[in-house]
Amino acid sequence: MNSTTLIAALYVFALAAFLGYQVISRVPPLLHTPLMSATNAISGISLVGSIVIAGGTGPHHSTVAMILGFIAVVCSTTNVVGGFVITDRMLRMFKRKK
Amino acid sequence: MNWQTYFIEFSYLLASILFILGLKGLSHPETAKRGMHLAEFGMMMAIIGTLMHFEIVSYTWIIVGLLIGSTLGAAMGVWVPMTAMPQRTALSHAFGAFAAALVGIAEYYSYTHGFKPLAELGHLKMSAMGFEIMLGSLTTTGSLIAFGKLQGIVPGKPLVYRGQNIFNMTLLAATVGLSIYLIFVPTAVVPFYVMLALAFVFGVLLVMPIGSADMPVVMSLLNSYAGLASAATGFVLSNNVLIIAGTLDGFSGFILSILMCRAMNRSITNVLFGAFGSAATAAIAEGQQGVMREVSVEDIAVQLAYANKVIFVPGYGLATAQAQHAVRELASVLENRGVTVKYGIHPVAGRMPGHMNVLLAEANVPYSQLYELEQINPEFPTTDVAVVIGANDVVNPDARDNPNSPIAGMPILEVDRAKSVVVLKRGQGKGFSGLENPLFFKPVTGMLYGDAKDTLTKLVSAVQHA
Repeated sequence: MNSTTLIAALYVFALAAFLGYQVISRVPPLLHTPLMSATNAISGISLVGSIVIAGGTGPHHSTVAMILGFIAVVCSTTNVVGGFVITDRMLRMFKRKK
Repeated sequence: MNWQTYFIEFSYLLASILFILGLKGLSHPETAKRGMHLAEFGMMMAIIGTLMHFEIVSYTWIIVGLLIGSTLGAAMGVWVPMTAMPQRTALSHAFGAFAAALVGIAEYYSYTHGFKPLAELGHLKMSAMGFEIMLGSLTTTGSLIAFGKLQGIVPGKPLVYRGQNIFNMTLLAATVGLSIYLIFVPTAVVPFYVMLALAFVFGVLLVMPIGSADMPVVMSLLNSYAGLASAATGFVLSNNVLIIAGTLDGFSGFILSILMCRAMNRSITNVLFGAFGSAATAAIAEGQQGVMREVSVEDIAVQLAYANKVIFVPGYGLATAQAQHAVRELASVLENRGVTVKYGIHPVAGRMPGHMNVLLAEANVPYSQLYELEQINPEFPTTDVAVVIGANDVVNPDARDNPNSPIAGMPILEVDRAKSVVVLKRGQGKGFSGLENPLFFKPVTGMLYGDAKDTLTKLVSAVQHA
């Protein structure tokens, strides 16, 4: 990673941090549990990195890396699917007064 | 850039935007569902985009992995009961952190075993990788221990020993030291595996001394770490959507941790390294402060039936007794008699942020009846009956009145200001923190012993006949 990429990445990180703070501090305590499961689901985006590794990259691909990548795919997918399913389930429970 | 790369980068950008919009939707229950659908769509686009990556050689492992993961995730999502939500959340932290750690380890392996050009592994990349792997590993084991504590497999009491903090600090220093060494000598494979092992161990030791009552903070922290590990993965792979999503998760957890700590009026270092149990034994004035007045179901039923306003204060005991449906039934019966019913939810009631809210929502309690601490405290003086169900520290007046108490300064639900208080409790024990609660000895309070679900069900029929 050269310094230009690093600086761009740091910009992204800083902006994401500010934005994250703004967005998340507006979530009421009522929805804190769905917030945790939703953010878990979203961070399962690391699935994207594991997919590339599990698929074997470059002209020489190592089996060890592919297996580790495979396990990572399983873990991340569990988080993504499970996280969204549970968040959905929880959100459906919150009803106004009839 | 060829069209494939354009598509992939565009899908990542779209995913980033949709994730942010999705979280924004969580600011209100009405917009939350739609927000989540946006986030789900974004995730799908990012995954589809990645699958078209030109570097992928074989799809077998990927497809199998996706299928297994989806099945596991869907099964957990559908079958885990709301009362086990904290455990499930702890597990998902473990999975997420583990995935991040594995990606780092796989990358490291590829670089140091000749599958990727070592020249590409510069100092910056190695630092990010080291950080990702350390954080990912310790969060994995830490979350597994948290899961164990929540599930009761691991003792909920703080497990402390002399010199513990020094030992933990040394362990951390050693782990970080090794990772710094690796930045300059990336090919030192043995130190790498040692660092990895130390990080795993540190995770265990970090969470072991934390008591069950402090779980909300720990859960939020682990949530944060898992997110930061993903963000670090983003730095390593130069993947912006990973950085964004990881940062959002990391900050979310961080904000929640701060909120939890404020709600307990303890600093974060105190929670992590203070081992609450030991602090408590030092400061307690021993001895009974009077007599606890036991009441009967019939007495309380009459009080409730003729009250104008009743406030329910749930605690972790509600979850363990699975009494959320019973309390809802009681509330309905009371409302049919014209009683105003509200619920006071303390931020750290339960084992994770928002725990009580989802439990009551599952029992079909409308969320408009759920009130936060600042909103409900002024109402207690005009409340006829405050019903405390399985809550202890969050209604302990010592936090307000006794400056020497270990929980001094912690915001509490001021049930002792109500006209009458009923405490539903399994027995005469002291609860998770081991603190005496003067509320139980006050004249305004009546103790109703027994299993909460049982007691509440009896109250329902008693009120109907009152």
